[in-house]
Formats: sequence, C-alpha cells, structure tokens
Amino acid sequence: MGVTLLVPDAAANITPDASDAGLRHVLHALPGVDQVGAEARAAMLASRSIKNEAKRTAIDLAISMVDLTTLEGADTPGKVQAMCAKALHPDPADDLVPPVAAVCVYGDMAGIARAVVGDRLHVAAVATAFPSGRAALEVKLADTAAAIERGADEIDMVIDRGAFLTGDYGTVFEQIAKVKQACGDAHLKVILETGELRTLDNVRRASWLAMAAGADFIKTSTGKISPAATMPVTLVMLEAVRDWHQRTGRRIGVKPAGGIRTAKDAIRYLVMVQEVAGPEWLTPDLFRFGASSLLNDLLLQRQRMATGNYSGPDYVSHD
Amino acid sequence: MSLEYAPAPESTDVVDIKAHYGLFIDGEFVEPIDGTTFTTINPATEGVLAEVSEAGPQDVARAVRAATTAHTRTWARMPGRERSKYLFRIARLIQERARELAVLETLDSGKPIRESRDVDIPLVAAHFFYYAGWADKLEHAGLGTSIRPYGVAAQIIPWNFPLMMLAWKIAPALATGNTVVLKPAETTPLTALAFADICQQADLPAGVVNILTGDGTTGRNLVEHPDVDKVAFTGSTEVGRAIQRAVAGTQKGLTLELGGKAANIVFDDAPIDEAIEGIVNGIFFNQGQVCCAGSRLLVQESVADQVTEALTQRLRTLRLGDPLDKNTDIGAVNSAAQHARITEYITAGENEGARRWTAPCAIPERGWWIAPTVFTEVSTAHRIAREEIFGPVLAVLTFRTPDEAVAKANNSPYGLSAGIWSEKGSRTLWMAQRLRAGVVWANTFNRFDPASPFGGFKESGFGREGGRHGLSAYIRSEVV
Amino acid sequence: MDTRVDVRKTYKLFINGAFPRSESGRTYPVSDAKGRFWANASLASRKDARDAVLAARGAQPGWAGATAYNRGQVLYRVAEMLEGRRAQFEDEVARSEGISSRKASGIVDAAIDRWVWYAGWSDKFAQVSGSSNPVAGPYFNFSVPVPTGVVAAIAPQDSALLGLVSVVAPIIVTGNTSVVVASQERPLPAVTLAEVLATSDLPGGVVNILTGDPAEVGPWLAGHADVNALDLTGVTDDGVSTQMQVAAADTITRVLADVTADWTIDPGLGRLRAFTEITTVWHPQGV
Repeated sequence: MGVTLLVPDAAANITPDASDAGLRHVLHALPGVDQVGAEARAAMLASRSIKNEAKRTAIDLAISMVDLTTLEGADTPGKVQAMCAKALHPDPADDLVPPVAAVCVYGDMAGIARAVVGDRLHVAAVATAFPSGRAALEVKLADTAAAIERGADEIDMVIDRGAFLTGDYGTVFEQIAKVKQACGDAHLKVILETGELRTLDNVRRASWLAMAAGADFIKTSTGKISPAATMPVTLVMLEAVRDWHQRTGRRIGVKPAGGIRTAKDAIRYLVMVQEVAGPEWLTPDLFRFGASSLLNDLLLQRQRMATGNYSGPDYVSHD
Repeated sequence: MSLEYAPAPESTDVVDIKAHYGLFIDGEFVEPIDGTTFTTINPATEGVLAEVSEAGPQDVARAVRAATTAHTRTWARMPGRERSKYLFRIARLIQERARELAVLETLDSGKPIRESRDVDIPLVAAHFFYYAGWADKLEHAGLGTSIRPYGVAAQIIPWNFPLMMLAWKIAPALATGNTVVLKPAETTPLTALAFADICQQADLPAGVVNILTGDGTTGRNLVEHPDVDKVAFTGSTEVGRAIQRAVAGTQKGLTLELGGKAANIVFDDAPIDEAIEGIVNGIFFNQGQVCCAGSRLLVQESVADQVTEALTQRLRTLRLGDPLDKNTDIGAVNSAAQHARITEYITAGENEGARRWTAPCAIPERGWWIAPTVFTEVSTAHRIAREEIFGPVLAVLTFRTPDEAVAKANNSPYGLSAGIWSEKGSRTLWMAQRLRAGVVWANTFNRFDPASPFGGFKESGFGREGGRHGLSAYIRSEVV
Repeated sequence: MDTRVDVRKTYKLFINGAFPRSESGRTYPVSDAKGRFWANASLASRKDARDAVLAARGAQPGWAGATAYNRGQVLYRVAEMLEGRRAQFEDEVARSEGISSRKASGIVDAAIDRWVWYAGWSDKFAQVSGSSNPVAGPYFNFSVPVPTGVVAAIAPQDSALLGLVSVVAPIIVTGNTSVVVASQERPLPAVTLAEVLATSDLPGGVVNILTGDPAEVGPWLAGHADVNALDLTGVTDDGVSTQMQVAAADTITRVLADVTADWTIDPGLGRLRAFTEITTVWHPQGV
C-alpha cells in the first residue's frame, strides 16, 4: 500500500511504502518533544484568565463540542435513551443551551441512540474491540460495520498499542486504513490511548501515523486507562494537526477524552486550541470533548453566570 | 470562531501607595537632609504613582553610619541561627504579601502581572528562604572555616526585576553577617520601599537594611563612601566599568552583574515546538529587558526557515497591553528613555540592512510600548547582533556546524548566558563546555532558582548570585 | 695553573615555549643580593607583553581542553624536573635573596612541594568547587568551575622562586594560561624555572615569563582587552596597583589584589577560585 507522507523537516515529499521501515523513517524524523517544555507551555496556557463575555461564549462552545458518553458494561437501552435526551436538551429549563455535538456509545447501542436523536446529533460508536484493541482485524472490521449499520456516523476506533510500542507501525497503519475504508462516509476518530504510549514523542508519532492512515479526528484516550486526556498530550496533538494542515492543507480534528470534568478545565482546553492550532479549530467539526460529567459542570457554570448565584447539583439532571 | 478574551485585570485594591516616601535609614522612614524628590511613573499609563526622596550625600553618610553601627553592634555579633530566623521571617512576610507586591511591581515597572505574580515574587520569597538556611551553616559552605563578612555592603540594583534583584542582593548579604545600604533604580523604587516596611514588620534590627532611593548620583556617592566595605552592582556594563574604576585601589570587595547578548542556539534536531517557546521566553520575557535575554537566535541553516516561520506564527498570539491584565504577555517597557533606546536600535537594524518583522499588536495610546520585533538576515557585524538592546528585539543569525555555533556564540565581549536546543545529549554537553557563559540553558531558557548560581564571564561581570557560590560574594576571601 | 673560564647563561624571556630576547633589544643589569653584577636580563617591552598575551591566548583552548588528569601529570612533571635541578635553584635563590644555602634549600623544597600540591588539585578542585543544585523544578542543574582564560600576573618581588611558583601553579592548574612578570630585582630564578617548564611537557604558551619593570608592562597587560584576569600580588607600588585596576575596568577584567603574601602557609583555594568562572548548566529531566 503506497501513501504520501511529508517529512516534517524537509521540503521534499517522500512516498514510502507502509512498511515498518518506511513509516519508521518518517515518524522518527519528526522533531522530538521535550516533556518539561511541553508541560510548561500547557501550564502557561492554563493560566489564561477567561472572564465575563468570553467565559459565556466559551461555555456554550464547550457544550456544543461535547461527545456525551456512556461506555459501561452496564449500559442499557434506558440509560442510553436518557443520555440522548439530555444530549438534545442539556438544560430543560433553558432552551438557549445548545445541544451537544454527539452521543458516544458502544456499537450495539448505536441504533438505540439514533432512534432518539434522529439526525439532530451525531452518533459516535466505539469500535475495533474497544477499549483494548486486542482482536483480529476481521473482528475489528465487523465491529465497525455493525456499528455503522445500526446508525453510527462516527466511529471511535482504538489503535493496536502493542503493535505501536513494538515498532510494528505497518500493522497500526493498515488497521486504521482498513477501518477507514469500512467507515465509508462515517467519520473516523482514532484513539491513541496516550496513557499507554507514555511519552510525548510517541504521542506525536502516533498522531502522524493516524493522520497519514486516514483519521478524521485523533483522540487521546478510551477513558479506561489513567492518565486519560491531559493538557500536555492534547497540546502535542494540536501541534500535530496544525503542522499536518500546514503541509497538506487538510484539517484534522482533536478529541481529548476522559478526565475533563470541570468547565474551568474545558475552557483551558479551548484556550489551548485557539493559541496552538488556531481559531479555525474552535468548532465541533474539529474539536470535541469526550466526557460525561463535564456537561453538568458546564451547565452549573452557565446557570451561575446567568443568575449571578452559584448553582447546585440538584439543578442539573443526572443520568 | 475565535475566543476574544475579555479584560481580566488584577485588582489594585491590595496596594496602598503613599503620596510621598522618605528614605529608610536606621529602621525608620526619614525625610532627606540634603536630598530632593522625584516622581515614579507607571510606564503603562505615564501616570504618577508617588513622590520619592532622592538621597543626598549627607543622607548617604547617615545610612552608611547606621549600617556600620548595626554591623558592629548587632548583626555581626548575632549568632547565625538568629540571623537565619530573621531571614525566614522576611521570606514568610513576602509570601503573605505576595499579591500586593506583585501588583506594586507591575504598576511601577510595566511588567505583566503574570510574570510578577508567577515568577518574580515567588523567586523573591524563595531566595530569602534559601539564604536563611545558610546563615547558621557558613563554615560548611566550603569557603574556609574562618568566615568573615565584609561589613557594610553598598548594593545598587536595576529596574528590570526590582524586588527580585533586591532579594538576590540582600538575602546573601544578611545571611553572611553584612549590613546593607541598597539603592533601587530611580524608575522602580516602590517594591524596595515596601520591603522596608516588611523589615519593620519582621522587627529586623535597625540599620541592618537601609534603603536609599535616588539616581546615579546617589549611587556614586554610596559606592565612593569610604566606610563601605563591599559593593555589589547589577546594571549596565558602562556603569559597571565606572564602579570598578571607582573602587580601584581601595579595599572594597566588588561583584558585578552586567550586560549580555546571549546566543540561543537551535540545532536541527531540536524539540522544535519547545524551542520556539524557549526563544519566545528568551527574548520577550519582561519585554526583553533581561540581562540574560536570548537576544541572538543562532539557528542551524537546515531548519532556519522552518524555525523563523513557526516563530512568527507563535508571536502573532502574544498579547500586548495592560500589564495588570492576567492575559497580557507583553507589558510596557520601563521608561521613555528605554523606549527611545530600543527604537533607536530598531532603526539601526533596518538601516544596516537586516529584515524587520514586527508582531501585529495594537499599541495603546498612552505608555511606552514596543511590539515584539524579529530581525532576519542579520550579519554578525550588525549593531543589533553585537550590542545589548534590552528590549523585545531578536536578531536571527544562522550557522552550519557546532563549531561555527560556538565560535559565533562566543564572539561577544559579553558572556552571561546561552541556550542550546538539541535532543543529542553528547552534543549539548560538548557545547556547554565550550560556551563562555555563566549560565547555559539546555532545552530551556530564562529559568532561575535560588540554588542555582547566576553571573557572567568577561564584560558580563564577575561574582555569582545564588547557590553556595553566591555566599562568596559576601565573605572576605583570604588569599595567600 | 689554568683556571677554567665558566660558560655563563644568557637570561632571556620565555614566550610561547621559546626563549627570545626582548623585541626592543633592551636589557637591564641584575645584581645578586650583595649588589654584585650577576647578569643582564631582558627588559621586556609592551610588544613583548603583547606577544606573550597572544601566545597565552593561543595555548588556552588546548590547555583547558586537556583532561584534568593530564594537567595534573604535567604539573607533577614540573615538580620532578625542578627536583632534578634543585642545586641550581638553591644557588640562584640564595644569591637572589641573600640567604644561606640551607635556607635556600628549604625554599626549593617548598617550591617543589607546592607544584605537587597544586598538581593534585587538578582533578579535585571541580569536585569541591562545583555543585549539583537542587532547583525547584524538573531540571538537572549543575555548576562547574571553568578557567577564566588568560591571566596576567605580577610575581612577588621578594620571593623569587617560591612566590613565583605559588602564583603560577594555581593559575594554570585549572586550565588558564598566563603571562607572568617576574620579580624585577630577582628575575633569574624565574628564567631558570622557564627552562624547567620548557622541558616538562607543558605546552608552549601556557606560561609566558617576562622580566623587566612591572610598572612599565603591567599597565599594558591590565588594559589589554584579551587578558581576562590580573594577579597583582607582586605590585608593591599603590599607585601602579590602582592604575592597573583602573585599566582593568575597561573590559571588566578580574583583579586579585590585597593578598597576604606568606608563602609558608597552606595556600587554601582562594587563588584557584580567583581565576575560575562558574558555569551553571540547566537541563530538563523528562521522558
């Protein structure tokens, strides 16, 4: 399988085969990431102070970027239906609150979700033997096809971290490319599971690998591994999509998932999106939050700004 | 869409600026005997903040006398463990009043509140904590067993890090048993005067710390006073030279922390994104008014275009404006004089044929501002590549090999700091060994810590501040 | 009966490992302590000083780049060579300083031992003078002493050998190179020491020895922009000392003055510190 990649530090394009050696050549030519420097940059961005009108705008934007998620073994149709209802009308008392971007469920629940949200929201399904990614390729493809058949228009796949860590980049590439093929018109989000990749160098390489193989979004985590999304990891992924756009003209989305629970955190991420990738990424088409409890905190903060008083947990719905 | 940050100004309610300040001598605020007054201005608004006293020769004599008496009668006799506790008290008081001091510093100097709050003031407290712990351990510092302070230290500090420079001077001097007469810069006296109040709150014995406000004349009178035993100066190389001449032939100890023209060297294997941050922090921190600023960017030719492009993209996100706004990255330059000096260099750079790029920032109507400026196509012979500008102006030069990078970096009368950006450890260490600079930041820049010695080679001065080495600046060395 | 006529030595300068006469062609008569003519020494000029600085600068990177172990070996070699020629030094010290040969012998002992003492510091000074600094952040931070560069020294006027050795050895052991103006009245042991240095594996230019008038060449050395530090130990005239310190300020040259000249006591580390800079290196610690 041939693929065109751009070596980041040279003007020349190269066309390696998707063999381990060809991909290694490209991925290991990417600049390294200094962990301490990246963390310092993320911390500086986190110190931005977003007040008043900016905060109101940011909260609504953040709500519209939420992939409201339930990914439990104990999920039932009732639970999924309740979540979908909330996704459509996050605050029943306030019609001005925008809907979230999508609901995110296991593939077998995609049909239940689609029945509730209709075409008003995206339905994202996790696939490819989520969360471990440990299954035969045929199983992963079947998993993907089944979710799409049930109405998912976004697929959140996991990469084979074992293959990545062992340097078997060809396998990772091939699986992403085949899943992308199986997706058809559905958007593909590629979960890197950065908590298992451990280093920011790996995050950068995995981001480029996923983009090269056809990802529409790169996503940090399954939410099942700690640490999940962090500011420094998301920073490196935002740098990757920025640089990819500069070289290919194509904008890839970013989705931090897991661990983002407060409005304050969400706003910090938005600041980072704006200052690192650019304001063009401040849209649900290019940035999402994979979260469940975040939405309620966004709503509480929204109520607090609307009424001037602090709200309480009894004034938002719990599913 | 884009997220417009609403103004987020830090409240000034925490500061209480008096209309007039006297001199702090012998534990009290007193009016000058033969001095006059001057005003200190907020460089972001050009508004007057306060009227401050200018110490005359008799005031200098009075302060030196108070310091001498305090030294012989109190401070030098006091056991180190007791001196130590005074320094700990001061450190705690600084922490307690951190917000007030940060706002005051920003009002008086023009630096962004983000920096005074997150960098300057925490480092001030940390410096006192660090040297507090040394006061009763001096014989273990590896500087000999008979530790003798100089006596009275005359200390003159600049306007770029007013309270931090005060801490760097006063903390080691007091820890080693010296008493001090300190003169803050005439454009930034307010935090030093607040520090005088902190000395009172700490019940520091009278005369141990004396603060004389004034200009260069006051400073010269202080340096030349015959009862001064030690002079410590941070500021321009030009004034440092004059001070070194003034103390020639006397028994006075001298340490100087002067100018710089640091090379920030980026190799093609650098962690580029972090290097960009390091370049930005290196030259735009405190509007570039930093003696160790990375004002010369030396970038390997193979990545020069990539780095310059990424840098200018990054600079577009810098926010210039109200220094009190928590989101401001670039504050006001310190004075009209400094503004004129920087502007003159920018003109010189253009006239010499370098290519100027200026960040697209809206410049406020009042106050003194310089938008981040980058010069490319700079030759090593250009003034902007050789002279210290002390402003947000970066000169970009290129190199091809590590040898060339070292040669270009060292080709300067200065030698204060340098930066190296590379993921190759062996080359980084090879470079660090060859750079004639007192501080070498590898894959970072403009980091400071009380435990880390700071100071220069060559015309950047001599002596170190910070760390164990910083003690020797205040201990009379017995050389046989 | 025939008396053999001895072959006398021409005392010259020591620059860049060679023994040139002063470029000025000047000499001055040197007497022994009893005032009897002994020899003509070269009277160094400002151009000789300039040449010496050039030689010292040229030798500096290589000498500083040698391993500390290697520099220690070279200094120890100097001690060995000095030991081998001790009779000559005893004679010259006795004649120069007007002391008994027994006393002179003790001084030569001390001078040899001082080389040995400083030789041992070559690979230890950085350990006691450097540090690893526990900064409040994820950085490895260390400080190391590095040589200041070229050091110009005015050697002690009284102690022609021991004083000279006590000044030169601490300058060079850390990797500096030097230009030394020998005792004006008692320069001959210095020139003989140069012969020892020339045969001790010491690279040419690391030590350059001038004979002559400190008041004449001193200010040129002090004002020389390529001299990094001054050692004024041997300057006896306060006016000259001040003049040199003022000249030094032009390029912020480091100055060692106000020295207690007692060559019999433990020298301590003051001289090593005076001619070293501290470089502090920061590096992040991360994965």
